[in-house]
Amino acid sequence: MAKARSDDPLYGRIVYWWRVLRDTTAFRVSRGIARRVTGRPLVIAIPYLWLIFFFVIPFIIVLKISFAESRIAMPPYSPLWEWVTTSTMQIKLTMSNFGFLFEDALYKNAYLSSVRIAFISTLLCLLIGYPMAYGMARSKPSTRNILLLLIVLPFWTSFLLRVYAWIGLLKNNGVINNILLSLGVIKEPIVMMQTDFAVYLGIVYSYLPFMILPLYSTLEKMDMTLLEAAADLGCRPIKAFLKITLPLSIPGIIAGCMLVFIPAVGEYVIPALLGGPDTLMIGRVLWDEFFANRDWPVASAVAIAMLLLLVIPIMLFQYFQGREMRAHR
Amino acid sequence: MIGKRSVFILTALVLGFAFLYIPIISMVVFSFNYSKLVTVWDAYNSPTLKWYFSMFSNEQLLDSAKLSIEIAAMNATGAVVLGTVAGLVLARFGHFRGRTLLAGMTSAPLVMPEVITGLSLLLLFVTMESLFGWPAGRGMTTITIAHMTFSMAYVTVIVQSRLATFDESLEEAAMDLGAHPTKVFFVITLPIILPAILSGWLLSFTLSWDDLVISSFVSGPGATTLPMLIFSKVKLGVNPEINALATVLVAIVSVGVIFAALWMRRQERIRDRDVQMAIAANQ
Amino acid sequence: MSANPRQAQGRGAPWNDPKAQPYVVIDRVTKKFGDFVAVNNVSLKIYQGEIFCLLGGSGCGKTTLLRMLAGFEMTSSGSMSIDGQDMSGIPPYNRPVNMMFQSYALFPHMTVEDNIAFGLRQEGRSKADVRKRVDDMLAIVKMAQFARRKPHQLSGGQRQRVALARSLVKRPKLLLLDEPLGALDRKLREHTQFELVNIQEQLGVTFVVVTHDQEEAMTLASRIGVMNHGEIVQVGTPSEIYEFPNSRFVADFIGSVNMFEGRLIEDRPDHVRIASDDLGGTIFVDHGISAAPGITVWAAIRPEKIRIARERPSQPDNVVPGVIKEIAYMGDMSIYLVQLGTGRIVRVTQPNVDRDSESQYTWDERVFLHWHAESPVIVTQ
Repeated sequence: MAKARSDDPLYGRIVYWWRVLRDTTAFRVSRGIARRVTGRPLVIAIPYLWLIFFFVIPFIIVLKISFAESRIAMPPYSPLWEWVTTSTMQIKLTMSNFGFLFEDALYKNAYLSSVRIAFISTLLCLLIGYPMAYGMARSKPSTRNILLLLIVLPFWTSFLLRVYAWIGLLKNNGVINNILLSLGVIKEPIVMMQTDFAVYLGIVYSYLPFMILPLYSTLEKMDMTLLEAAADLGCRPIKAFLKITLPLSIPGIIAGCMLVFIPAVGEYVIPALLGGPDTLMIGRVLWDEFFANRDWPVASAVAIAMLLLLVIPIMLFQYFQGREMRAHR
Repeated sequence: MIGKRSVFILTALVLGFAFLYIPIISMVVFSFNYSKLVTVWDAYNSPTLKWYFSMFSNEQLLDSAKLSIEIAAMNATGAVVLGTVAGLVLARFGHFRGRTLLAGMTSAPLVMPEVITGLSLLLLFVTMESLFGWPAGRGMTTITIAHMTFSMAYVTVIVQSRLATFDESLEEAAMDLGAHPTKVFFVITLPIILPAILSGWLLSFTLSWDDLVISSFVSGPGATTLPMLIFSKVKLGVNPEINALATVLVAIVSVGVIFAALWMRRQERIRDRDVQMAIAANQ
Repeated sequence: MSANPRQAQGRGAPWNDPKAQPYVVIDRVTKKFGDFVAVNNVSLKIYQGEIFCLLGGSGCGKTTLLRMLAGFEMTSSGSMSIDGQDMSGIPPYNRPVNMMFQSYALFPHMTVEDNIAFGLRQEGRSKADVRKRVDDMLAIVKMAQFARRKPHQLSGGQRQRVALARSLVKRPKLLLLDEPLGALDRKLREHTQFELVNIQEQLGVTFVVVTHDQEEAMTLASRIGVMNHGEIVQVGTPSEIYEFPNSRFVADFIGSVNMFEGRLIEDRPDHVRIASDDLGGTIFVDHGISAAPGITVWAAIRPEKIRIARERPSQPDNVVPGVIKEIAYMGDMSIYLVQLGTGRIVRVTQPNVDRDSESQYTWDERVFLHWHAESPVIVTQ
């Protein structure tokens, strides 16, 4: 094949130029660099650059825009710096968006009520999820797998549709009211839709699997002989639970609570579908600022403030996540 | 042993699972209801498949479902590549400068409220467009990129924990026998973590398929994903076509998950039997 | 202690031959992990055809040294060469060295034959060649009928043989074995030890074995390097290490030993005498040592080298009275714990030559312990 080609004048020319190129200093240097940059840093760079570009930089932009002024334009915010003349740059930073958050009671109330709703929902998830996870971890291995499957199954079906399902159950002529009315328990339908109650229900329902799974995995790993040893040493079951099972499941409790609390604070879909107009949640405020009022700077300021609120829980979560990963090794 | 305690646990399990499944079951049941009022059972004309027919002839719905599937598949494929590399780096590359930052960046999207992720990515895309002219407008591409960024975090966790459960000496052995690290990855590591990669792909697909908030932020005119369409419909109240759609989805997912579970259990049994035989043969 | 098949064959000892060329040279190698020194200034010469055992407790640096030979860890300082070729900067996949991992590290998704063929395929050999060499290797390790099985379908002993075959099939210049018998049960170990030595003789590959099990080291090794805290403390044949330990650590680590602290009171070229408060008497040794009189020394006496007698033996030295406190019957032998007048407990083992229980000693019996003048080993550190 190569022989046939060597008669071809074009082939000869390519070979000639390749040799010339190969002998240039620039080529040698760049090949040397290419050799030294072996796979390792290159492989590390792939996820690194992606996350820097699509995860870190966006936050910096949000931070930047939270200091800008709103404008009716596209994009609807003022630039932070402008060239007034060719040699002077004007930097305009405004704290007014953050000031706005403090002045207007709407934002303060939204933050407080988001934290309250998320906190109470997390607590409810824990109270419902712990006995379930405990029961699953203590059942026979074959039953255990089926129960685990039943926990995971709703997770694979649409979150949005599962929230939607509650509308059919809760509304005034919905399933629950219809059943209660037909049984004669109530005369008038109970108003459940568009209340805080519906929001709590929706959050607990949607996030329950996130609580159960980490709890289950810590409880399942637990050595049962510890409880036998405790019983052998004269510890009663309730006390053994409080002194042994509960302390050992703390990593699972923390992971589960963080997995519920953090996303619940910023939840949008559930208050939008199940909550009433007076159900204030910060995710919903941000959404409305952005989509309805088109005030990007204020939306950014809301996001930054929400992030500051969540920094501690997120870091707590990462710490335990890292510990879990290390324990695996 | 049925004590007070196990009665309590049993009750918790039964009530808990009822809580998880009653809404889904009611949604399925009422999808066969003839009445447009959905929750008022029309005993005379029901059950009916009317809403299924009307759903499958709804062009808008089918279009957005198609768009969602495309985005979900692209997202899952991209997220698996990125997440596998990130998981490999975190589990196998030992210490390097900036490892903590990478670990933090891969686990933060797991809990980040969606409204924040959505807003920040939209602002990035707008800024990029004004700086480089790309991406021109928003739609499928921007939604896919946004989904990949949070899906890869899930894949990373899955791959990383799978790598943690198998011995690094397998890869060392392959290298010791003369395979270059790149080859070791493709011949040894990849086949072993394949189940994790597969479940990562499926999870990423579902996450993307299910996402409303982030898509709403980074989408543009003309790119309406299925969750966006569903949301705009259900905001107005219950809708029998949505019930039918939900039933179809639940059916597909249940069948898929149950088959996967059965298959995995079968593999496990075969494996257990092999191990037993190996032990028996030795004695 | 089982017999050493290598010594039984009475092979030459290249390490005593000044003209012999060492095959593996480890020259002042140090390995640090941060501030922790895992291997400290180790120098070793290993000769072709040897089975060299690195013996030590966990964390003594033996595995790190092995991994540096394989190329998985880089040396912090010092150099290593194999067959005259410097190994620094050569990655594991280009070294003429193979390793058998403690966990065996069999690829779970490949059959036995694919596992064994893996290394050969990396060299780009022809299919027929790979086939032939894999078959030969399967025959050597007696695994031919299991060629199509996957690792999880094998027992522990079979896996061990596959791992051995896989690491030997490339005919490496040096085979590294990390606790090769650690995962096997006791019965299988003994059998496998001899098999391993046979295969090594058959193929003539040089072995470096890492183990924490002294019995394993004794049976396998042509020479043993005892490691402690990242340093080599003694190198020698198994019998040298056992009979002539150079320190309290080695004496204590290999087998069990009774250690008596004492002072050197008489130091002649042909004998020494030691006064020991521990023993409550003097110890006479029939060879000289080179140490200043009056310094603290330790006399190490192995339990099986001490005899028990009911009557006081007629020798002037190396006799001490005591009371039997504990007896443990082990079948082939019995262990006696004898308390001396000083309160010190001495461990003595006696083979159970007779079945007759009349001749056995009983609890609280007053006895005399005595030993030959050649039995104690004197160590100064």
